[in-house]
Amino acid sequence: MDNLLVVSHSPHVLGNSSVRRTMLDVIIALIPAFVAGILVFGYRAAVITVISVLSCVLFEWLWNKILKKPTTIGDLSAIVTGMLLAFNVPVTLPLWMVVIGAFFAIVIVKQFFGGIGHNFMNPALAARAFLLASWALAMTTWVAPHTAVPLWNTADVVTSATPLAAYAGTEGTVTELPSYLNLFIGNVGGCIGETSALAILIGGIYLLARKVIRLRIPLAYLVTVALGTWMFAGHDGLFTGDALYQILAGGVMLGAFFMATDYTTSPYTPVGQIIFGIGCGVITVLIRVWGGYPEGCSYSILLMNIVTPLIDRVTAPKRYGASKKRKEAKA
Amino acid sequence: MDNKKGYLSTFLNGIITENPTLVLFLGMCPTLAVTTGVVNGIGMGLSTTAVLVCSNIVISLLRKFIPDKIRIASFIVIIAGFVTIVQMLLNAYVPALSSSLGIYIPLIVVNCIILGRAEAFASKNSVGKSAFDGLGMGLGFTCALVLIAAVREILGAGTFAGIPLFGESFQPVSIMILPPGAFLTLGVLLAIINVIGAKIKNKKKDTDTEKEGI
Repeated sequence: MDNLLVVSHSPHVLGNSSVRRTMLDVIIALIPAFVAGILVFGYRAAVITVISVLSCVLFEWLWNKILKKPTTIGDLSAIVTGMLLAFNVPVTLPLWMVVIGAFFAIVIVKQFFGGIGHNFMNPALAARAFLLASWALAMTTWVAPHTAVPLWNTADVVTSATPLAAYAGTEGTVTELPSYLNLFIGNVGGCIGETSALAILIGGIYLLARKVIRLRIPLAYLVTVALGTWMFAGHDGLFTGDALYQILAGGVMLGAFFMATDYTTSPYTPVGQIIFGIGCGVITVLIRVWGGYPEGCSYSILLMNIVTPLIDRVTAPKRYGASKKRKEAKA
Repeated sequence: MDNKKGYLSTFLNGIITENPTLVLFLGMCPTLAVTTGVVNGIGMGLSTTAVLVCSNIVISLLRKFIPDKIRIASFIVIIAGFVTIVQMLLNAYVPALSSSLGIYIPLIVVNCIILGRAEAFASKNSVGKSAFDGLGMGLGFTCALVLIAAVREILGAGTFAGIPLFGESFQPVSIMILPPGAFLTLGVLLAIINVIGAKIKNKKKDTDTEKEGI
């Protein structure tokens, strides 16, 4: 029998939300992007996602087992991390690198710092940064949509430029930019889960409707990216950038709805969340327009993850009745 | 004020119980910066050991002459003198190592291990013990550097002291020889060492309580 009388601090009215339910909602919201990834890149996208999820869950289970802690795979957060990690890598990535990425995300970024709720940055994105720094070539081998990619030896595939690289003109072979429609439905090159803005929007709207996330961070992020790229990303001077193209291409959609909104690594306060979103947007624009990489979404979120405690401290609401004057008088 | 410990325990103190890198957290800058390869680690460790032994001896000899108020400045001058000698020797006989260690050789002057031992040990102890302390601390530092460098080089480049270990199909984890790899390796190593240390302490406690029980 459960304890009917709970002796604790307020609040005493409890909802039926739980970590497990929230994570389940995120998984449901990620399904459209998963399907889009398979439709665009073929069965190998599914293989990578399954391996990523399985190894994340396995590492979390092993960690708990070895440290003799109660197992935490039941809260489903490892599955979310696994899916997000898979969505952040190219479809050609060798399968063993996916497993190492999962190890880095779960063991080093998440469990070393105390498990769920204690990680200081997004595990999936940190693992992506780790993989990119370790195997830059494998992490930037992009194929055109509907290319047949062999399961094992992926080194010989025909590569193509991602929409953002094509826009920046870094890879001179591609001159024709994909249409808005192709960008919107995801019929372009890129990471497994980031190409289809449509699928991500469906998932994002589901999360908003279920009140799992709030609109503040995604909206602040996307608006900042749109304004920034419109002002600075144009090839013919200021205010000529193609903001719509910049939002639909690359990872900002996936980042804004699914990774910048991670509870543990984003601010609690409303004002803080808006600052967080704007900060992500500014860093993304900086990297896209002036940086060495064509895409800066993952780094922008990681950097803002690190300043999240500072944002929370600055934007903490005032206690009722507490004022600056009284504090000074006390001091 | 002379240390009561014998020569051997003074020597072992630096390598194990008070290892400057893994227990005292001194000299973190060279630890993180030069451990990209085992050869660099050995070079840096032995250079520091040479400076540490010499400076400990000289400072111990002069400990009754150096006025208290300007002792830090005096220590630095003595250390800087030995570092200059080491730097010139490296430049003359192993120029390749000297150029790969670069600025970190002159920076031995401000290495906290050396100044720390001068202040905490050599200025209070006899010449013989100071020499052993310097040797122990220096070798402890060298061991820690080689340990970190071995992990980073094997994972990050697939080689040990320049000798390839794996076949050509091995794709090294490049991040391990980049700066983040230094922090990752150091952190994980410290965690492992702390776990082992805690286990040894617990065992000792258990046996102690058992003895008391008897």
